[in-house]
Amino acid sequence: MKSLENIQEQHKEEQLETNDAIIIVEDLEKSFASNHVLNGFNMKLFSGENLVIMGKSGSGKSVMIKCLIGLMKPDRGVINIMGKDIVHLDQSSLDELRADIGFLFQGSALYDSMTVRENLEFPLRRHRERFGKNIEVDHMVLEALESVGLAHTVDLMPGELSGGMQRRVALARTLIMKPKIIFYDEPTSGLDPITSKEIIVLMKKIQQQYKTSALIITHDVDCARVISDRMILLVDGVNYAEGTYQELIKVDDPKVKAFFK
Amino acid sequence: MMLSEKSIGSLISSFFKQIGALTFFAGHFFKEAIQPPYEFNELLKQCYSVGNRSLPLVSLTGFIIGLVLTLQTRPTLQEFGAVSWMPSMVGISIVREIGPVIIALICAGRVASGIGAELGSMRVTEQIDAMEVSGTNPFKFLVVTRITATTLMVPLLVIYGDVLALYGSFLVEHFKGDVSARLFFNQVFNALNFSDLIPAVIKSVFFGFAIGLVGCFKGYYCEKGTVGVGLAANTAVVMSSLLIFILDFIAVIISDIFYDL
Ligand SMILES: Nc1ncnc2c1ncn2[C@@H]1O[C@H](COP(=O)(O)OP(=O)(O)OP(=O)(O)O)[C@@H](O)[C@H]1O
Ligand SMILES: [Mg+2]
Repeated sequence: MKSLENIQEQHKEEQLETNDAIIIVEDLEKSFASNHVLNGFNMKLFSGENLVIMGKSGSGKSVMIKCLIGLMKPDRGVINIMGKDIVHLDQSSLDELRADIGFLFQGSALYDSMTVRENLEFPLRRHRERFGKNIEVDHMVLEALESVGLAHTVDLMPGELSGGMQRRVALARTLIMKPKIIFYDEPTSGLDPITSKEIIVLMKKIQQQYKTSALIITHDVDCARVISDRMILLVDGVNYAEGTYQELIKVDDPKVKAFFK
Repeated sequence: MMLSEKSIGSLISSFFKQIGALTFFAGHFFKEAIQPPYEFNELLKQCYSVGNRSLPLVSLTGFIIGLVLTLQTRPTLQEFGAVSWMPSMVGISIVREIGPVIIALICAGRVASGIGAELGSMRVTEQIDAMEVSGTNPFKFLVVTRITATTLMVPLLVIYGDVLALYGSFLVEHFKGDVSARLFFNQVFNALNFSDLIPAVIKSVFFGFAIGLVGCFKGYYCEKGTVGVGLAANTAVVMSSLLIFILDFIAVIISDIFYDL
């Protein structure tokens, strides 16, 4: 059995060598009144990798990812995404950067007063110019829906879809912008094991097809095993352990072991 | 005794805190409303939805108010031999006071609660966050359009309700007193002048603004959970109704000052 420190050291060295981190998070802190959620969280996401962040419910995973996308302001710390300092970016540059980042919300967050088509067209409202003057919006919508296997739902309302289908439509909505990075906030939460597996397979397929990097938040061990290139365990607001799935399951530490029961 | 004093104190202080936050929200509205881009399509949609939500109820109530008011005052006027004053009396009381207040209260019940629940559920299911991430300013798209829509539509609904109320009143006069339409409406319009109409319309504009403002405020800052959505809808009705009475009181004082001059 390897000790936790050993793995940590080894990864530090690897990270010093590779210099193509597209997201760098340093000393992230965030509290709500007396509730200290993040206490100095550090993270790097490298180009092309799937990084899984695992943590218990309520450990601050959603808070962390919302700080990354600029929906919450951290109390302290550095967040650098593709060379831009997120915390101090003005609104229009932030919007510009967000167009390169897909965000899959924990509960899908489809606009329930709009059809599937309108949902997918919505992100294009502000970012049309990215795709040139004469873009075929209809074509883009169908292409994104096809890549999640739901082209036939284009004129339905979100309320008429099952939870798993909603999650896939939400995924299509992030894909339509052709993002370079995708943030997944618990992509399999609230879904049955079979549907979860479908989503995971889809995520893998998308990564190969669109060549994205991904930050995946989950407490689903199966999801982590299949999808992760590297993992970070978030405990008490800090990155408690880092490594590949195979490395971490061998670690002899009670808090780490608790994740893989 | 101590307890009740304390709770009254905290009630009053929370009331003023709410008013402060609401004022701040209104300031934010004006700032965002002035700056482009403008969401005209969404504004039209919201205008339609405000009208659509309240038209049946406004029609029915307007008509019944006219009917009842006339039926109830008729015996008294008859006693003094002053039935011929009926059209002018009903006209003035409906246009100046009863029409705007009752119709605004109906809109508070229908529209403010609808907006509170709608935005509340969008907040809870992270749709507002999703909008922000996709580069559309949710405050502009959701709040500015809704407040503008109620500000425009409530005065129109008030005028429409007034007309129906007068028609209801005419029907009573026609069947009980054999008054012709021409005579009735001639008398109504002789009794009314611009100094009755203009303040009533201005007042209705403020009522409409208050309805949209409170509905959006409650929904936009909705607490997490389904309980929060219900609460947002409920408190939106209570608070906007209260505001309507306060605004009406202020309007009466102001128009009284002008009347004296
Ligand atoms: N807007 C907020 N205001 C106050 N506290 C908050 C807010 N958002 C999150 N929290 C608190 O931060 C903590 C972490 O919440 P978060 O949603 O990040 O958990 P999570 O790790 O995503 O859990 P889950 O797996 O259940 O989604 C919780 O204790 C929560 O109460
Ligand atoms: Mg979460």
